Amino acid sequence: MSAVIDDHGHEGHAHGPAKGLMRWVLTTNHKDIGTLYLWFSFCMFLLGGSFAMVIRAELFQPGLQIVEPAFFNQMTTMHGLVMVFGAVMPAFVGLANWMIPLMIGAPDMALPRMNNFSFWLLPAAFLLLVSTLFTPGGGPNFGWTFYAPLSTTYAPESVTYFIFAIHLMGISSIMGAINVVATILNLRAPGMTLMKMPLFVWTWLITAFLLIAVMPVLAGCVTMMLMDIHFHTSFFSAAGGGDPVLFQHVFWFFGHPEVYIMILPAFGAVSSIIPAFSRKPLFGYTSMVYATASIAFLSFIVWAHHMFVVGIPLVGELFFMYATMLIAVPTGVKVFNWVSTMWQGELTFETPMLFAVAFVILFTIGGFSGLMLAIAPADFQYQDTYFVVAHFHYVLVPGAIFGIFASAYYWLPKWTGHMYDETLGKLHFWLSFIGMNMAFFPMHFVGLAGMPRRVPDYNLQFADFNMVSSIGAFTFGATQIFFLFIVIKTIRGGPPAPAKPWDGAEGLEWTVPSPAPYHTFVTPPEVK
Amino acid sequence: MSDTPRPNKPLVTRLLILVVAMFAFGFALVPLYDVMCKALGINGKTGDQYTQTQQVDDSRQVRVQFLATNNADMTWGFFPKAQELTVHPGAVSEMLFVAQNPTDKPMTAQAIPSISPSTAAVYFHKTECFCFTQQMLQPGERIEMPVRFIVDRDLPKDVKHLTLAYTLFDITARMPPVIRPVAASGG
Repeated sequence: MSAVIDDHGHEGHAHGPAKGLMRWVLTTNHKDIGTLYLWFSFCMFLLGGSFAMVIRAELFQPGLQIVEPAFFNQMTTMHGLVMVFGAVMPAFVGLANWMIPLMIGAPDMALPRMNNFSFWLLPAAFLLLVSTLFTPGGGPNFGWTFYAPLSTTYAPESVTYFIFAIHLMGISSIMGAINVVATILNLRAPGMTLMKMPLFVWTWLITAFLLIAVMPVLAGCVTMMLMDIHFHTSFFSAAGGGDPVLFQHVFWFFGHPEVYIMILPAFGAVSSIIPAFSRKPLFGYTSMVYATASIAFLSFIVWAHHMFVVGIPLVGELFFMYATMLIAVPTGVKVFNWVSTMWQGELTFETPMLFAVAFVILFTIGGFSGLMLAIAPADFQYQDTYFVVAHFHYVLVPGAIFGIFASAYYWLPKWTGHMYDETLGKLHFWLSFIGMNMAFFPMHFVGLAGMPRRVPDYNLQFADFNMVSSIGAFTFGATQIFFLFIVIKTIRGGPPAPAKPWDGAEGLEWTVPSPAPYHTFVTPPEVK
Repeated sequence: MSDTPRPNKPLVTRLLILVVAMFAFGFALVPLYDVMCKALGINGKTGDQYTQTQQVDDSRQVRVQFLATNNADMTWGFFPKAQELTVHPGAVSEMLFVAQNPTDKPMTAQAIPSISPSTAAVYFHKTECFCFTQQMLQPGERIEMPVRFIVDRDLPKDVKHLTLAYTLFDITARMPPVIRPVAASGG
């Protein structure tokens, strides 16, 4: 840092950012790392999205037109993996890096160097993962859930690269989570008690514990696969005394908390945004905290609802069915609180609020289709159809992704120092909203009518609905390029943003100027 | 931050221990799963060799159906000598399975049993089974393999029909067969 030329006159030693590329490679600044995470996540969002475009182009009409079935399988697998591990999770880690220190009055993350390392593992992991598409035999083709023996005995050669990539992502997530916990527990400003923390900080604290609890199980799961493939063990091979069903238990023990890892931070962000644009404090703060904790706890005891048809005893089916339905209670508390926050508020609908309101409505629809899937006997019919695809896209796209968009628009003025173009932001919202619903709503119906998922061809009777889905998906996909344009336009200029651009917003992040200086809260603020 | 910032080290150490513990828990799920399946009799897994005897319940009859399936890439001939037996609970019954190696290489095979309905698995006792060991067959060799079993007297009343299914796996790579010298060199 001694090489930095101090061109700010005599401000003592101004620790501005270093210049050039090495600023980004070596940075330990939480804002820089947050920015890196967010850009990385957006790149992955476009990459995973382009895989989805291939899928929807193939499904535009029945029959095989564009890609071979083998490549189609690689596209569904890579779309899932890239979106889950590359787009959604890093976006939330990016938001956490940027906002948690600002929200709790900390000067930086607790472990800044580890922070740098956890980010730079990700490009390596995804380079490894995506490079498998160019290997002979192709990339992973066994679905993002990589069930054994499809992913062991029958896997392409590249599965070892996939396993190593998952290991790297896991290490990155675990280190990120440890950093978040250490920051929240150790670096809060004086007076910032746990029950005064913004909900985004609370949901991230709980998410971090979920990550620490389940990412190691995922690492164990892929390690067992690795040993089965290369070291002649038989964890998942019945021939040697193992059991393929065991794979599903281990995987979903990770996999179910994982779906909450992808949604809880969005809950937190929306819990900041809705009060800001309703000009009322959040309704039921304490119940929100307890509801989040209950959801996190319940997420550990419902994993077998992903496996209703593999042959579980009746008692097991009933237990997992009722436990799953129980999750609707704390989730219902949250939806009730968001709606009550808006009730009789002075609502305005700027872009972050539009995304947040759409989040509440559409996530609830996804929650209801989840309740339908939770009914074990009904699940026997729904499983492996497009109804499942419709369900999890309704909780992930307008849930996780809309939550990220809402956060991005809400905090863009703080990050860039400029207001984004409100007209363009609203256009982005409406195109995303229409495109997303056009893409995923018809999937409910084709699913109930029996269209199987992960198949490149389908019965003629599903043709019209699939064409509508594809047009919606193309609309949604193209709209995201437009989002890139809006963000770049905001970075390059626009009306200067005041320290607190939203009059109803609350929180320490709005007490620092916009754009947030490179170093903030070097002396901790006093929280009353 | 107060004047002395809270140290990160103890917290991070505890979190790292949690990470390691959860990694170990992932592996602990393997024996845990087996124990649960055996104890609760779920998943159709049958127990080890049964050494007790039971009094025969002549008043009741249970149909036991036999299935033999080759796993992918397995080329052996593999079938039961009869499709089904009708047995009394408590009685020892026997069924012979035939295995034949049609290839020109010695091979090793392992049969894995499974019971349907899976809730009945704990009530199905094998006193002797070819699945307790591996089968090594020379080129063209054919053997008859017995399974002796007792259907427990406590089998729930609503179960009137059981299926014992074997899947035969080729484990030659894992357990290379001993090549026996050809018995009579003159043929």
